[in-house]
Amino acid sequence: MDFDIIFGNAARAAFGPEAVILALAAIGLNVHFGFTGLLNFGQVGFLLLGAYGTSVSVATFGWSLWVGVVVGLVLSVALAVALGFPTLRLHAVMFAIVTIAAAEIIRILIGSTDAIGLTGGPLSVSFDAGAFYDLNPYPDGPHDRYGVGTFEFTGQQMWVITVGWVLVALVSLVVYLIVSSPWGRVLKSIREDQDAARSLGKNVFSYKMQALVIGGVIGGMGGVIDAIKTSGADPNGFRPQVTFFAYTALLLGGAATYFGPVLGAILFWFLREWIESFLRQLSAEAWLPDAVADFLSGAEGVISVAMVGLTLVLLMLFRPQGITGNRTEMQLDAR
Amino acid sequence: MRRLLALAGFALCLTLAWVVPSAAQSGGEADSSQPTVLEGTLRLGFDQFFSGVEVTVVDQSGTWIGQAVTDADGQWSVVVPGAGTYRVTLDESTLPDGIGLREGFESTVEAAVTEGASRAVVFAVGDAPKGTPFGERAAQTVFNGLKFGLIIAMSAIGLSLIYGTTGLVNFAHGELVTFGAVIAWYFNSSWGGLNLIAAAIVTMIVCGMLGAGLETGLFRPLRRRRLGIFQLVVVTIGLSLLGRQVIQLFFGAEPLPYTDFQVQERWEFGPWAVTPRELVTVAVIVAILLAVGIMLQWTRFGKATRAVSDNSSLAEASGINVNRVVLMVWAMGAALAGLGGVFQGLDTDIDPFLGFQLLLLIFAGVELGGLGTAFGALAGSLIIGMSTEVSTLWISPELKFVVPLAALILVLLIRPQGLFGIKARVG
Repeated sequence: MDFDIIFGNAARAAFGPEAVILALAAIGLNVHFGFTGLLNFGQVGFLLLGAYGTSVSVATFGWSLWVGVVVGLVLSVALAVALGFPTLRLHAVMFAIVTIAAAEIIRILIGSTDAIGLTGGPLSVSFDAGAFYDLNPYPDGPHDRYGVGTFEFTGQQMWVITVGWVLVALVSLVVYLIVSSPWGRVLKSIREDQDAARSLGKNVFSYKMQALVIGGVIGGMGGVIDAIKTSGADPNGFRPQVTFFAYTALLLGGAATYFGPVLGAILFWFLREWIESFLRQLSAEAWLPDAVADFLSGAEGVISVAMVGLTLVLLMLFRPQGITGNRTEMQLDAR
Repeated sequence: MRRLLALAGFALCLTLAWVVPSAAQSGGEADSSQPTVLEGTLRLGFDQFFSGVEVTVVDQSGTWIGQAVTDADGQWSVVVPGAGTYRVTLDESTLPDGIGLREGFESTVEAAVTEGASRAVVFAVGDAPKGTPFGERAAQTVFNGLKFGLIIAMSAIGLSLIYGTTGLVNFAHGELVTFGAVIAWYFNSSWGGLNLIAAAIVTMIVCGMLGAGLETGLFRPLRRRRLGIFQLVVVTIGLSLLGRQVIQLFFGAEPLPYTDFQVQERWEFGPWAVTPRELVTVAVIVAILLAVGIMLQWTRFGKATRAVSDNSSLAEASGINVNRVVLMVWAMGAALAGLGGVFQGLDTDIDPFLGFQLLLLIFAGVELGGLGTAFGALAGSLIIGMSTEVSTLWISPELKFVVPLAALILVLLIRPQGLFGIKARVG
């Protein structure tokens, strides 16, 4: 049992690109759910469009990467608007289900064999993200490593996560500024009682739409980072459970707080990777009975995702406000 | 309902098989240390894989390169000597009966591959083989849609009644469906080989007990603690993730069939060719839906259920034991969901994602009809099932789940309360 490796893996996951992507998805959800009370269960759709907008622009149309990034973000805005019009007037539960459905529709269409010519379909798509890595200030030789002990990154990874965490910080700052403005107070009033907000003359639909677009674009940024990190996109990476992972991160850190989703994303990946690495080490231990070792080996990922589910249940039972949240802000009776 | 029974005599299936390469090899990074490979997976829909099918590879000049037989996962691969264009031929006679290449696809395809790359080769297989007239295919998809809609409707009863009586939207309902399918598989194929009919009955009892256990052990205490609706939804999402992973842990991710009723001769009824198991599926579900309808309308328990759905405080005040009604609803709903899983598993093989795939369609059916309306849920489910299958006449079966979901969004655009729901302003 090598705890250096276990903690090294966990720390790498906690600060690596995956955590950046999850943090952006969770910050977007925080705008939707935490501040506005919108039960968006289709956040993964925004990530998907961000990732595919970038990848397809470069891979299929041969445009520059930066145009691709803009295309990805514009597509997220378009999804928010297209989704918002029919659905923002729905009962909260219906809204939740329609948003999942919309994200699934996009995933199935993009991943179908009919779409191979455009998006790569089930074959996934890959492109050259060289334009991004050309700006990399970290020397990236085959032996360049940054970090201590087993917690280390290559130069390329360093560049992705530097850009990623700076982006997370900027986005968090913007969310803080807009939510603490009068505009943000209207959002919260909609979350608490939208009829009251409407009776005060606020256009609830319009505010919800603005929140949906802003949160969606932030999710789209997560998708863009994902595309750059993997130099491509694969439809299987955008299943509905990605949204649920983002909810787990948000609720773990604390919904309706500014730092909560970031903390939650870091913790989420730390714990998930810790469990997985721990189990992988455990199943290799000699003293373990063969039957148990056989059961464990290969099942580490499955168990760690099961733990995510368990975490969600326990959080809601014992600490619905998460680590940093305020309990009174989580007493939503969603409508 | 009688009309539905009269409809119950038809045939199915126009789902497609295609080849999906694993995500890792996206069609060709060259690496000279790797062998050059042609490969593919023969499958129908998302979960039916064909084993024992012969695939032959020859080069441009017709020289024999290699042959492969698909394994239990429908996968085949042939190592070729190097870069070039090869002709890959599927031996149609080795496909199962009733399965053939789809309209517009040839049994021999050409595939170019670069040195050291893996190249996926697609054979589009369906169970309405080439040359079937449109009318016959239409009739088959209608039957298929009816059967699928009925499975959705039966699985939806629990979801809809639990929402009606307690206001809980259960995202873990799909895992109840999966659990039913998997438990029946264990009884039927793993532990001593119980007949599938007996296994299905045992499964209903086990699922009913699980439902009752969830209610008494988890959801009743949570209602007492007055957890908000959102917290409850998140609890069910957590349970859904947990349940799916635990099932996968024991069952594995690979689709498996039941032992019984797999190979059946199709009976011909005019344009329809139906297996006996499909007829039984339709007949049993129609009977159950009728029984549930009669029970809700005329029995004491049914009236109590409707009273609790209408206004649970008022029902309690007039002497109805609300907790008992909710317990019964959970037990019954879970048992029916489990049975729905058995029928779906019989249709498509069993895997840990079976229920979650169905869940969105169950939701779509319930929402389309109008949340909390029993008749609406049935009508909505049938529309969803029908539109899913009938759409395959015109679009690729791969995309068939897009149609009901898009229909749901479109209907809600015009009638936000669903087809039979009561109007209420929200946003």
